[in-house]
Amino acid sequence: MSLLQIQHVSKQFGGLAALTDVSYSVEKGEILGLIGPNGAGKTTLFNVVNGFYPPTKGDVFFKGEKISHLQPYQICKRGLGRTFQVVRPLQRMTVLDNVIASAFVRAKDKPGAERMALDALQFTGLVEDRNLVSKGLPLGKRKKLEITRALATQPEMLLLDESFAGLNPFEQNELIDIIRKVKTKGITIMIIEHHMKVIMSLSDRVVVLNYGEKIAEGTPKEIGNNPLVIEAYLGEAESA
Amino acid sequence: MKKFIPPIILAGLCLLPLVGLSSYVMHILVLVIMWSIIGMAWNLLGGYCGQVSFGHAAFFGMGAYSSGLLYHHLGISAWWGILVSVPVLTVFSLMLGFICLRLRGAYFALATLALGEVLRVTAENLVKFTQGDLGIMIKQRTWVEKTWYFYVILLLAAGSFLVVKKVMESKLGYYFVAIREDQDAANSLGINTTLYKTIALCLSGVLTGIAGAFYMNYMGYIDPTTVFPLYDISIVTVMVVMVGGVATSWGPVIGALIMVFLAEVIRSMPGIGAAHMTLFGILLIFIIIFLPNGIVGDFRKITGLFKPRGALK
Repeated sequence: MSLLQIQHVSKQFGGLAALTDVSYSVEKGEILGLIGPNGAGKTTLFNVVNGFYPPTKGDVFFKGEKISHLQPYQICKRGLGRTFQVVRPLQRMTVLDNVIASAFVRAKDKPGAERMALDALQFTGLVEDRNLVSKGLPLGKRKKLEITRALATQPEMLLLDESFAGLNPFEQNELIDIIRKVKTKGITIMIIEHHMKVIMSLSDRVVVLNYGEKIAEGTPKEIGNNPLVIEAYLGEAESA
Repeated sequence: MKKFIPPIILAGLCLLPLVGLSSYVMHILVLVIMWSIIGMAWNLLGGYCGQVSFGHAAFFGMGAYSSGLLYHHLGISAWWGILVSVPVLTVFSLMLGFICLRLRGAYFALATLALGEVLRVTAENLVKFTQGDLGIMIKQRTWVEKTWYFYVILLLAAGSFLVVKKVMESKLGYYFVAIREDQDAANSLGINTTLYKTIALCLSGVLTGIAGAFYMNYMGYIDPTTVFPLYDISIVTVMVVMVGGVATSWGPVIGALIMVFLAEVIRSMPGIGAAHMTLFGILLIFIIIFLPNGIVGDFRKITGLFKPRGALK
């Protein structure tokens, strides 16, 4: 059975249909790329899966359990972590405290939380910066911190929302390595990304959204050759 | 080393009454310590958890009235109020939290502001129950001397300090700060924000209520306008913490010290005494502009002003 199943999900904000009848599933252990032009509804879909918005129609199942009307913290406790597109570190806390705060979801006491936090920081390579206040971190490290925090909640699945935006090529490569390492830990990943190089090299499968509808699903290669996808990104081939 | 500062200060304060201070000075000290408790309580909710309240008079007054009404209706010692105010304030905070904590930021602040006023008007009008504007008077206060009151409030303050310290070192503390910094992010990191905000509100309410119950015993008289006022309690509470230092452990103590002394000094000045609120307002503006983290939070900035600046002259 798939780890995450999105079944006929629609989300409307008043008269605006942000998502229309989106269905697909994510298998355990894979990296699924979610792409689409700006405003296609990718982040909205994350917000529905993550519990910030209840879907107008349809349901989301995680490990066979319906999660579509749970609160974000309940979904996180069930093993589904997420990062935000606009990084949201807890600004006036140190890097370590940030991660400790999220490790408390699983840890029983402070020393336990600290150990888990240090493990996670070690994993993403932020351990040297643990005593810095997160407000002053450069973007690349803030993005890493965002992932570290989500990892500290010990998720089975991670939703990454544009973790690569604004990074330089060196930082991008570092982050690709981290995400591959996350995958080898057995954590399933769904990632939103605009960087085609990143998404094509990382993803096992890709889902494409356009105007809130799923227009394609397949391996990166299939997606790259799909005329509908090319049309969505580049506009219709001139026929006149 | 830092660990020993609170016990040393506590020991110092314990010895203070032995010096033979005048009754007036003792009164001021009792008020300073009482305000420290209220400040610490507010700080827990407003400073650490980020839920700014403009209605702490509501908790203070509830505490004072639980104490006063016990004495008035049941004829038992008003000191029981300190114990009774704990469950009363817990229930009250839970109810309040259920209604108000779904609001965020300024809306929560406005709701609490209204709450204090609602309780004042209610207390004024439930004449049969609360004696209305007549107030409640304890016919014979426990002690004439201030010394024992001083020790009681000191004990309560030390307890509150310890509670706040322990809470902030625990999981709760991390969660409170996480909620202050970003509620949505905290929520998606597995923190039940509503629950933990309610816990912060309860702790804050109970501590403030205990201070209120003490006030009843100490002053021997309360009426709705002395324990539920918007300016003299709610706003002053916010000021105590802002002047001292938001989200610092010593901020409320320093703030209480400054605010109580300042109030006394300004009130005794001829001519401008009546305008002490105006002066407080000006002070607050200065603090916000120049010391946004309060005296404790921006201590480095203050000491920096007095350091020699090399060749600059």
